[in-house]
Amino acid sequence: MEIIKAQHVNFYYGSFHALKDISMEIEEKSVVAFIGPSGCGKSTFLRLFNRMNDLIPKTRLEGQILINGQDIYGKNIQVDQLRKEVGMVFQRPNPFPKSIYENVAYGLKVNGIKNQDVIEERVVESLKGAALWDEVKDKLKKSAYALSGGQQQRLCIARAMAVSPQILLMDEPASALDPISTAKIEELIRELKKQVTIVIVTHNMQQASRVSDKTAFFYMGEMVEYGRTKDIFTNPEKEATQNYITGRFG
Amino acid sequence: MSTLSFPENNSRRKTLNQKIAFACCFALSLCVVLVLASILLFIIIKGIRVINWDFITQAPADGMTGGGIFPAIIGTLCLMAGSAIVSFPVGIMSGIYMNEYATNGKLVRFIRMMTNNLSGIPSIVFGLFGMAIFVNYLDFGDSIIAGSLTLGLLSLPVIIRTTEEALKDIPDSMREGSRALGATQLQTIWNVILPMAVPRVITGLILSMGRVSGETAPILFTCAAYFLPQLPSSIFDQCMALPYHLYVLATSGTDLEKQQPIAYGTALVLIIIVLIINLAANGIRKYFANKVKTN
Amino acid sequence: MKKILEQSVKYLFTASGFITSFIILLIIFFLFSEGAGLFRNHIIDDGYVVALNKSNPVNTLSANQIKEIFDEDITNWQEAGGEDEPIQVFRLSDLLSIYSEEELGSEYEHAGSKIKETILQNEGIIAFVPKSLLTDTEGIKTMPDQTIPVKDVLAGTEWFPTATPSPLFGILPLLAGTLWVSFFAILIALPFGLCVSIYMSEIASEKVRNVLKPVIELLNGIPSVVYGFFGLIVIVPFLQQLFNLPVGESGLAGSLVLAIMALPTIVTVAEDAMRNCPRSMREASLALGANKWQTIYKVVIPYSISGITSGIVLGIGRAVGETMAVLMVTGNAAVMPTSILEPLRTIPATIAAELGEAPTGEAHYQSLFLLGVILFFITLFINLSVEYISSRKR
Repeated sequence: MEIIKAQHVNFYYGSFHALKDISMEIEEKSVVAFIGPSGCGKSTFLRLFNRMNDLIPKTRLEGQILINGQDIYGKNIQVDQLRKEVGMVFQRPNPFPKSIYENVAYGLKVNGIKNQDVIEERVVESLKGAALWDEVKDKLKKSAYALSGGQQQRLCIARAMAVSPQILLMDEPASALDPISTAKIEELIRELKKQVTIVIVTHNMQQASRVSDKTAFFYMGEMVEYGRTKDIFTNPEKEATQNYITGRFG
Repeated sequence: MSTLSFPENNSRRKTLNQKIAFACCFALSLCVVLVLASILLFIIIKGIRVINWDFITQAPADGMTGGGIFPAIIGTLCLMAGSAIVSFPVGIMSGIYMNEYATNGKLVRFIRMMTNNLSGIPSIVFGLFGMAIFVNYLDFGDSIIAGSLTLGLLSLPVIIRTTEEALKDIPDSMREGSRALGATQLQTIWNVILPMAVPRVITGLILSMGRVSGETAPILFTCAAYFLPQLPSSIFDQCMALPYHLYVLATSGTDLEKQQPIAYGTALVLIIIVLIINLAANGIRKYFANKVKTN
Repeated sequence: MKKILEQSVKYLFTASGFITSFIILLIIFFLFSEGAGLFRNHIIDDGYVVALNKSNPVNTLSANQIKEIFDEDITNWQEAGGEDEPIQVFRLSDLLSIYSEEELGSEYEHAGSKIKETILQNEGIIAFVPKSLLTDTEGIKTMPDQTIPVKDVLAGTEWFPTATPSPLFGILPLLAGTLWVSFFAILIALPFGLCVSIYMSEIASEKVRNVLKPVIELLNGIPSVVYGFFGLIVIVPFLQQLFNLPVGESGLAGSLVLAIMALPTIVTVAEDAMRNCPRSMREASLALGANKWQTIYKVVIPYSISGITSGIVLGIGRAVGETMAVLMVTGNAAVMPTSILEPLRTIPATIAAELGEAPTGEAHYQSLFLLGVILFFITLFINLSVEYISSRKR
């Protein structure tokens, strides 16, 4: 059952043609990795799923993106509702200058939940879900900036998961972290897969092969190849893919 | 995992809140713009009727109920020039010291703090200080030199800060490149660093002149003359000045009917000076920004 | 040769580097040395003496009491700590109404003894006469020659620097006036300043911003006399009509003008701070389903709060130190302010209005320098708090 469906997507920054006729389907509760060299459009494509590119002026989209069969760029779509369903984790950990607790509670509060008990229960669950609970349970009221980089990123994952989204977008979530923190994040991704569909952009091909079910390779604004991760890494169909995964460019 | 239920109407409520908040921000901003525009328009419309060639080139006549404001314009120009002589070299050197020579971070922070403090001191305190030191202690009397010195000190912080910021934005690779070729520190500053910083430094200098042209409190007791039909002949003479002239016309006038138009004209001349100065500063900024790009 | 040049230039630059610190030291020194001189003055004008009849139990009178007695606000010794006895005020000029010119002598050589006679005859008298005329003080009590007490200045509620025989230098009405006007100015400017900065940094399109920004900068550069002039011509009559006041020059007029003048400062600094809030913060908030407004007040404003506070405090600093505009529109009545609709007077306005009249080196002149010292410390405190607030930035 596919949850995301992109049909003939073209995207422009001003006159620059950033994404060229991309169509793909992503299945529910799977992990899909987007790989490709810098500037290939993989992050741009990811940010279309929660309409984050709306914030950039002078951009233009052609084609359709359907989530649960609904055109998310359609007329009666409320962007904040969409973003509640499609969470996002960014390249660099970006916790708010608030306490750990407040960071996780933020999404619940802005989406109208007022009952403190519900919020507290949910914060604890999310922190546990992000494998962070044991490390922070005694300092929930401390600033989030007191945490290490890896902890901050897991806090951001907990924050995104707190509103129980259907899809979680991850934009190179481990690129700013050390290897041990990276391993923890990858572990977490495998765990979260049971609850949400995950789309992850990564530079790191080992990471893609470790965590994802399917992989899409992007190059110069085009989606060159999309298939089961095992196939892409062992037996790619296109030469460009072959060159990239064997490290001939990138 | 517990199931979460979000309130149904939340999105609509949020949108409504946002609409109200944005409308408030827009309305208050509009208010501010309207008030400010009305101040400017009011003075421009009332003042433009008075301003003509005679107004600018004639001395006040008939007990300041007629004539022009020529001596006040000249006086203000004298004060600007005088304070520039005082503040430009010292201010620029001070900025250079802070960014190029001072090595102790704590010391730089201290100097910067002192500079900020100096810029926060009210202009009337500068007036008191100028009176105590230049007029009385150094015995210059009420004179252009005393006024210029006072105004010069007042405008120092702006110059120091813009110079320092201009220098700070020049990458260290420029300095290293020049030093690696055997240039001394002074040669590096003079031939490489300063030319690159010039546009922003000049912008700072111009803006400091804008402040000097409009200050009244510092010259009340150090320089400004109530009425002086002839032009000053030396730096130890008093002079008239536009802002003080406006103050006098507005508050201690003898004939409101005839003096108010002159006051509007004087106010408009002051605004025009500020406008020219701002445009010049922006122009220089843009001109050099383009020049750097095309290089 | 080159080396000498290099070294001397270096020393020159170093000297310039310390110029601001040096100026601040000089300001402190000159203001203090003049201002502190006030406390070396006597409460009674130099060369004069205040004398009572010996039978009067009152031994000391404060400057305030002397002023009230000579203004005939106090008419009975009971109110000054003495017995129930009406006060008879006697000035040198009264001598001529009591004695004929013959009695005083052609050169007024008998004036001294006649004054003494008058004092001895009246139990309730208080005389303010030149010291030189009252050489023989038998049976006469002269008020002790005390210097102006610090307490009477710093806690005094009356500012009458030109009163005779004893001027009053109570700074409280001026201090209260300054704080009162600035407080209302910020109260008015704050909502506008915040909304404009939010609008400029978060809501307005780039085009609108490119127009607004230079306009705000221009307003920052307009001289304060021009604002004062506008206030005098437009705001003062408007307020007079609106609230049906006897005079339009009032604290509120000052606050309005100051609010307009403080706005550019607040907006420039606060807007800058908000624009410095990184995009990643905004994106994190939006990605969680917050809308733009929620992002602004829950993330952007808390993130840039130290910058916004700095802007507000700088605005306060500008309001407190502003001289000319306030001088022109507040009516300058040196009384303790009770309502914002009444005339009042600020410290800077007092200095500007009175320094021209005050003879150099005398008590009045020195008292104005003392006001300068106080103003200096208020603004120093404000500047240091700005430093402190902005140093707490992450």
